[in-house]
Amino acid sequence: MKEFALLFRFPSIDQSKIPPDEYKALAKKWQDWVGGIAAQGKISATGLRLGMEGKVLKPGGVVTDGPFVEIREILGSFIVIKADDLEEATTLAHGCPALDSNGSVEIRPIFAV
Amino acid sequence: MEKEKEYLKHLFQQEFTKMVAVISRLFGLEHIETAEDIVSETFLKATETWEEKGLPPNPTAWLYVVAKQKTLYHFRRNKILERKIKPELKNRQQATVDIEEPDFSQENIKDSQLQMLFAVCNPAIASEAQIGLALRILCGFGIDEIAEAFLSNKETINKRLFRAKEKLRTENIKMELPPEQEIVARLDNVLHIIYLLFSEGYYSQTQNQILRKDLCVEALRLGLMLTTYEKIHRPKTDALVALMCFHASRFDARQTEEESPILYEQQDAELWDKELIEQGIHYLYLSAQGDEVSSYHLEARIAYWHCIKEDSKEKWEEILSLYNQLLLVNYSPSVALNRTYALYKANGRREAIVEAEKLRLDNNHFYFILLGELYKDVDNIKARLHLQKAYELAKTLTERQGIQEKIDALLPS
Repeated sequence: MKEFALLFRFPSIDQSKIPPDEYKALAKKWQDWVGGIAAQGKISATGLRLGMEGKVLKPGGVVTDGPFVEIREILGSFIVIKADDLEEATTLAHGCPALDSNGSVEIRPIFAV
Repeated sequence: MEKEKEYLKHLFQQEFTKMVAVISRLFGLEHIETAEDIVSETFLKATETWEEKGLPPNPTAWLYVVAKQKTLYHFRRNKILERKIKPELKNRQQATVDIEEPDFSQENIKDSQLQMLFAVCNPAIASEAQIGLALRILCGFGIDEIAEAFLSNKETINKRLFRAKEKLRTENIKMELPPEQEIVARLDNVLHIIYLLFSEGYYSQTQNQILRKDLCVEALRLGLMLTTYEKIHRPKTDALVALMCFHASRFDARQTEEESPILYEQQDAELWDKELIEQGIHYLYLSAQGDEVSSYHLEARIAYWHCIKEDSKEKWEEILSLYNQLLLVNYSPSVALNRTYALYKANGRREAIVEAEKLRLDNNHFYFILLGELYKDVDNIKARLHLQKAYELAKTLTERQGIQEKIDALLPS
């Protein structure tokens, strides 16, 4: 088994504007989806959720504030899964709730440094 | 007569653990076998004397007096005192002129038992031997009872206990509480052993219901004991106690034979022990202090929901959410199966079937029982195939009978 990172990106929106009911339903969707991978014993590590605000440091000491207008989607969170190959990892990424909100999942193999 | 025998058995079981702990604390854990002998001799004398003269007014006090005499005699006779104890006592700068006699005060009994709990649950001892030792030293079970619980024989158990005690010696394990900075890690080990003891009783394959219940009661007692020590108390101990209370409350309601880890529906809620459920809720409430969410917290909350008979969407969504979280901290095939069952109850059959098909637990008969259940009335041909597969994989006759009943109940599609 190899390890793959699933990086979830979604459109940069103000999450505090989502109505509580909708937010709760969304959280459940995510939890059920991750639970489905966990039930197959294929979660290696759960990532952390990233806050929506942040800063970007660029050459020359240029610091810009987020949201990061130059990319349409921002990195929201990630998990690490176990799979035989990239193909299986991609199959596991199907059904991810990020896709429902016009986001994407990037699947990248992880190597020990 | 029967009643008195029952009383003595209970008394001896209880006092065995106390006296062995106190005497071992006094003379060192390396003399634990001597401590056991002394206590056994005390019981022998008690049985003989009481048979003749009847029970003394205070049997416990009587036992302590005799045990004290025997302890002093034993250690004098074996000269252990001269060779080992005294120099060490001197080193510890607490040498008293006279031989110390065991102190059977409530306070000292409690402290000794707690120290013994930490000593027996030392990670240096392999966990199977550890459970045997815990049953013997912490719960006071007889060798024959331990053998029955493990579906083993006395000889094997004796060997296992011998090795465990040898380990206590070679690893130089002391009767003392772990230092402050190690408490959390060591407590985890203690809680794990208590959890295993409980499971041994709850899921044991022995048909002896009284013994199984006894095991659960003892595990619960040890857990409760831990909650009374301020210094080593942590919310997850409360969570484990709550978990055991909830499970134990359903003890009488379970099918007499092996229970599948899933599908609680057939249980008779009238047989649930309301008092234990109340106690469980109390400890669940206490466990909510602090930030840590251990697997005991999650399992306790799942068990709590299972103590609510009424089915509701809210109930199953909560259970599903808890199983989702539990899978992340503690994956096991049975948690995965339970999670999928909760998914079926919360989100519906269609979604559960898709998820169940992905699990691929192809050697697990509970997996095929679950698939059979999910396909029932949707595709009875598939349901039948899955149940037949479960039947082939099932290990015991009773399990097979249960599966056959499910097959027979399927309507032809």
